[in-house]
Amino acid sequence: MKKLSKNLYFDYASTTPVDKKALKAMLPYFSEKFGNSSSLHSFGHEAKKALDQSRKIIAKTLNAKPNEIIFTSSATESNNLALKGIAFANKKRGKHIIISSIEHPSIIETTKWLQGQGFKITQIPVDTYGEINLNKLQKTIKKDTILVSIMHANNEIGTIEPIQKIGKFLKAKNSKLKDKIYFHTDAAQSFGKIPIDVKKMNIDLLTASSHKIYGPKGAALLYIKEGTKIEPILHGGEHEFGVRSSTVNIPAIVGFAKAAEICQNEMEKEITRQIKLRDKLIKEILTTIPSSHLNGHSKNRLPNNINVRFDGIEGEALSMKLNELGIAISTASACASLNLEPSHVLINCGLRAEQSHSAIRITIGKFTRKKDIKYLIKSLQKAVGELRKISPFWKK
Amino acid sequence: MKQKNIYSKQIMNYFSHPKNVGVMKKYDGVGKVGNPVCGDVLWLYIKVGKNKKGEEIIADAKFQTLGCVVAIANSSLLTELIIGKPIKEVEKITQEDLIKKLGKVPPIKIHCSFLALDALKEAINDYQNKKTKNNRRAVRRS
Repeated sequence: MKKLSKNLYFDYASTTPVDKKALKAMLPYFSEKFGNSSSLHSFGHEAKKALDQSRKIIAKTLNAKPNEIIFTSSATESNNLALKGIAFANKKRGKHIIISSIEHPSIIETTKWLQGQGFKITQIPVDTYGEINLNKLQKTIKKDTILVSIMHANNEIGTIEPIQKIGKFLKAKNSKLKDKIYFHTDAAQSFGKIPIDVKKMNIDLLTASSHKIYGPKGAALLYIKEGTKIEPILHGGEHEFGVRSSTVNIPAIVGFAKAAEICQNEMEKEITRQIKLRDKLIKEILTTIPSSHLNGHSKNRLPNNINVRFDGIEGEALSMKLNELGIAISTASACASLNLEPSHVLINCGLRAEQSHSAIRITIGKFTRKKDIKYLIKSLQKAVGELRKISPFWKK
Repeated sequence: MKQKNIYSKQIMNYFSHPKNVGVMKKYDGVGKVGNPVCGDVLWLYIKVGKNKKGEEIIADAKFQTLGCVVAIANSSLLTELIIGKPIKEVEKITQEDLIKKLGKVPPIKIHCSFLALDALKEAINDYQNKKTKNNRRAVRRS
């Protein structure tokens, strides 16, 4: 194979490289300060101190209290804990759970499992931009609704859901109810990228992940508002306030906290910078490549997300052509790339199966530069052109 | 840096440098298979000739594919395999023959390689049908 000069990463929504400062913060906790945070001796104390400090840092970025942060191993685990934990702790008063139709598989599959356990699930539809229908949500609430779980930002098309509005509505609704309806949001894609304030947004539970924000893999969190009735899914040594037993992964959590702190400090600057790059990229694609379309909303989307489709070609083939040019992007979502089903997100936004097959997701990050975008546009033009030459559905 | 992915060298070679791509204006048979809803569509054109022994052979073939890496690689491979070969022989090509030449095909993608053989069958059928019709016409005229 030809040697390539380029190796550009445009898949930051899948995962991110660990920030060097986060890595440096983690390193002492592998071999030197290796203690178990539950131990009573000095080694344990050292680890406990690092854990408490990390919890404090992370809580601050969400405007939460430290004891409201439960560390887990992944966003998938956090979502499982939120849904199953609320469902089982509150099943005596109701069995109805509401989610959106474009949630991440870790929400959708968990609710499918809960359905098998006797819970009732309603999926709220979204419009063509992937924005949830607030009216429908309000009308779907029943006497036995115990939980509403709506993602903060979609992982495929980057659409930002009206979390604050939902929170406000549920708060008003709850003031008239004996037992509250809990509100969970999966913020795996938005945490560290756009502002989140759990108090202002009236969120009861929130999922966030480390490896999406330049922290290591293997750490995530579930914010659980004080006073929330939740059942643990892992039982054992009562770690994390008894909500999540497991020896605590101190190095990863220290890295997570450092990464979150850096993202918080750089957020304002990065939002402006990335929106500029994003909008330039969208504009260039739509104006220079014929029959190209943007999926999702032109403005109400994550600063780092671009999802586009090109008539007459298939997304996977395009991603492999780009791979040969030294560019890494993904089709729909990375989790789905070995799956042949068209993306449920794009289908629920009203796209036809053949349209959703031709979509790709480009996600930028803090190491993406203007010149990278230029190279990407050139490569896209070339790759799309080559594939259209082969396609039976492309007429010049 | 070398760009690696889940596909074999052979598949990536066919995918990157596909042979016999395009439309054939004067074809003897065409096979149009697949469904855009599933993500893969393949159009295969064939031109039929005769060899020295007087057997019917695939004199030329061209394809157009909307589809994934495996679908495109397999289309190219098939055209290379059939050009110049007697129809009788071409009809014996199996799925396994193609997969062997492609190297390792990820299990979830094996079905993408069915398309090319389906298209070949249809193209040959199309040719045979036309031939029978023409023969009948010729008989009627005489």
